[in-house]
Amino acid sequence: MLEISNIHTFYGGAHILHGVSLRVEAGEVVSLLGRNGAGKTTTIKSAIGLVRPRDGRITFDGTETTSWASHRICHLGLGYVPEERRIFSDLTVMENLEVGRRPARDDIPAWTTDTLFELFPNLAERRYNLGGHLSGGEQQMLTIARTLMGNPKLILLDEPSEGIAPVIIEKMAEVIAEFKAAGLTVLLSEQNLHFAKLVSDKAYIIESGEMRYEGTIAELEANSEVREKYLAV
Amino acid sequence: MAFYFAQLLTGMANASALFLVASGLSIIFGVTRVVNFSHGSLYMLGAYIAYSSMTVLPGIIGFWASILVAGLAVGLIGMIIEVCVLKPIYKAPELFQLVATFGVILVIQDMALLIWGPEDLFGQRAPGFEGVVEIFGERVPSYDLVLIVLAVVVLIGLWYLFTKTRVGILVRAATQDREMVSALGVNQSVLFSGVFFLGAFLAGIGGAAQLPKGSANLLMDFGILAPIFVVVVTGGMGSIWGAFVAAMLISVLQVYGIRFLPNSTLVLMFIVMAVVLVIRPWGLFGKPEAAGDHGSQGPPPKPFRQLDPSGRIIVAVIIAALTLVPLSGVNFLSVLFADIIIFCLFAASLHYILGVGGLVSFGHAAFYGGGAYVAALFVQYAGTPMELALMLAPLGAGFAALIIGWFCVRLTGVYFAMLTLACAQVLWSIVFQWDEVTGGDDGMLSIWPSAWASEPGVYYYLVLVLGVGGVLVLRAMAHTPFGYALRGTRDSALRTEAIGMNVKLIQWMAFVFAGAMAGLAGGLFVFAKGSVFPTEMEIATSFDALIMVFLGGVQSLTGPIAGASVFTLLQDWLSRFEYWRLLLGLLIIFIAILLPGGLAGAVDQVKALLGRAPKDEAAP
Ligand SMILES: Nc1ncnc2c1ncn2[C@@H]1O[C@H](COP(=O)(O)OP(=O)(O)OP(=O)(O)O)[C@@H](O)[C@H]1O
Ligand SMILES: [Mg+2]
Repeated sequence: MLEISNIHTFYGGAHILHGVSLRVEAGEVVSLLGRNGAGKTTTIKSAIGLVRPRDGRITFDGTETTSWASHRICHLGLGYVPEERRIFSDLTVMENLEVGRRPARDDIPAWTTDTLFELFPNLAERRYNLGGHLSGGEQQMLTIARTLMGNPKLILLDEPSEGIAPVIIEKMAEVIAEFKAAGLTVLLSEQNLHFAKLVSDKAYIIESGEMRYEGTIAELEANSEVREKYLAV
Repeated sequence: MAFYFAQLLTGMANASALFLVASGLSIIFGVTRVVNFSHGSLYMLGAYIAYSSMTVLPGIIGFWASILVAGLAVGLIGMIIEVCVLKPIYKAPELFQLVATFGVILVIQDMALLIWGPEDLFGQRAPGFEGVVEIFGERVPSYDLVLIVLAVVVLIGLWYLFTKTRVGILVRAATQDREMVSALGVNQSVLFSGVFFLGAFLAGIGGAAQLPKGSANLLMDFGILAPIFVVVVTGGMGSIWGAFVAAMLISVLQVYGIRFLPNSTLVLMFIVMAVVLVIRPWGLFGKPEAAGDHGSQGPPPKPFRQLDPSGRIIVAVIIAALTLVPLSGVNFLSVLFADIIIFCLFAASLHYILGVGGLVSFGHAAFYGGGAYVAALFVQYAGTPMELALMLAPLGAGFAALIIGWFCVRLTGVYFAMLTLACAQVLWSIVFQWDEVTGGDDGMLSIWPSAWASEPGVYYYLVLVLGVGGVLVLRAMAHTPFGYALRGTRDSALRTEAIGMNVKLIQWMAFVFAGAMAGLAGGLFVFAKGSVFPTEMEIATSFDALIMVFLGGVQSLTGPIAGASVFTLLQDWLSRFEYWRLLLGLLIIFIAILLPGGLAGAVDQVKALLGRAPKDEAAP
């Protein structure tokens, strides 16, 4: 469903991604693992068009999107949940959701504020609070809910477990399992192998802007050499 | 009591147009991060278009429809400006956008002159609201009440738009994080154009609505620029409520001010702003700028290069050639080149604060004109000889920069630019309003050099020595430890702070130094011309200096010199055409879009093409 082939991405003069490729099939949950600064965020931002690869190809759902503007990629059904959450702190929870709202699609179930509040009951209580007044965990839920309002077919989740309490991490894992059950496709970036293990089918490992490993989660678990080499313990 | 109430109403009526225009500016800035300097021009167009429309459309309906027509037409013009001028340069450093909108001011000025002619056009009175109403026994023009209602209606309308509609919510979200908004599926490009339409629409309505109280004229654009900046800075950038409250506060105080301190009206505005900013640096309803949110998004600035030996030889040759100018025996050439040298010094002093210090000052003419007036005042009232006056000019300008700088360096980015502009306007208004001392609009005449330097050729040598000397001092100061510290504050204020340097103090000192050097240029200018007028201090002069620096390229110490020389020659040549502003404006816009590195950058590009790429390594 999402295919990244051999992309080279730069920030100014700095060459960050050196020919990164990955594939996510419909219905899969795929983890992109790697240490700090490995290039996970850059890969995800390239996919959603926030940085433009100088070379290589990105196709989503059969359409080449390599040089598209972000909003057009979003319209095709790619949802982006940023690492830093990027909640609109001056807007209420309801208004934050409104920004993400897009028309329903035929092929997947449509999200509404009501169904999202069922999924994230904490947000329901705080619907008229400003985004800036939410706790870190609530902001993490809001940023996911906001993206779901666009009814994406594939969600890019950038380090969803970063900097939040263990209870909420469990909640995140449940939420991702629900997405999978609902037929959504997920690409998530992680440093935390334990979290990735809980939710994903496949894993890629990136290091210094190059893909170093590709395999199923079970294979990765069996391969302690790779784990020690590329992932923090 | 009744009298004060009537005055209050007058003040509120005056605030109406100010609020409309300022809120438009604020909305545009909030989303696009562009300070639209041509916003005053849109206001002016609103008045002109309403005038024309009223002469065509008859009667009551014609009058009110004309205001709407003016708003819509100006909204469209704003959108065209956004699409043609700004879209190509959103990614460029903010100075490009500011300079490009300045180009737009020039274009609109000449277009208005071309279409409507130079005379003031007096608008029709509002049908049904020609007279006065009695309120508590005081007579108040009934149209004043219409203006107050208009302001309140627009305020409520904007409140509704921004809180109750999807578009408004998107705009507010984009004000915070436009990249995220676009990743959520909103077409930024359309949003930006829409926001420009709205902002320009408000400016157009503002200009049209005040027509019955005044006229449509060619001075409206610069006239309203300083007041709207004061309003926006005082109220807080991006805040509609702030714009409303600040416009009311300032206009009402001004009405009372005219009563009690007739010659201080413009200064009063500044005092209000100063008090607010000392207490709340981000204005009444504003929020601190998110660090790194705007400013240059382009590649990081390259380190300045010290001249290599061949560069030194070129400089020596140029200076040697300059010493030959008076030998030509053509006085005109001595005068022209003296002008060029003076502007080089002026531009180089601005570059010190802008290029080396990274602070975009929009009021640098305050110190240039300030130095000129200090010299002229001493000559006129104390009989000071030229030699002493030329020393007092930089001292006086430096002193003004000391005071203005203290306020300004507390802010950064666009706030800094707006505040420097507003402060410069205050000095300008003092000079302009204080007839008895400065001669006001008529300027100060007969300020000639001492006898020994009275020949243009001899005075030229004085300019050459002091001007080139000043430029070399500015250059050298960029390579001193102070200069490195200043560049440190530009590239990373946090890091500079972390190694124990006082960022604000460094910036303040640089501001004073740059101001003093501009003052020296101003002093040289007075004796070259024998006179000085308030125009030396006005916004357009500050803009000239900015354009010189920009033309030359910000990232090079040679840039301002090249820019000033080219600009002066260009202006000298263009001013032979009737519509030279139009040509200059278009030229500026094209350069902003096509030559992102200025002339110096273009030279580097050519060199690179020729395979002689300049060394990027910094000298120590
Ligand atoms: N805006 C930027 N400009 C320049 N370099 C950047 C920028 N953003 C990231 N980098 C660099 O690109 C490299 C990859 O960064 P990226 O954010 O993709 O890593 P990551 O794998 O997401 O790391 P983390 O786990 O810390 O989020 C890093 O070396 C980083 O320093
Ligand atoms: Mg990351």
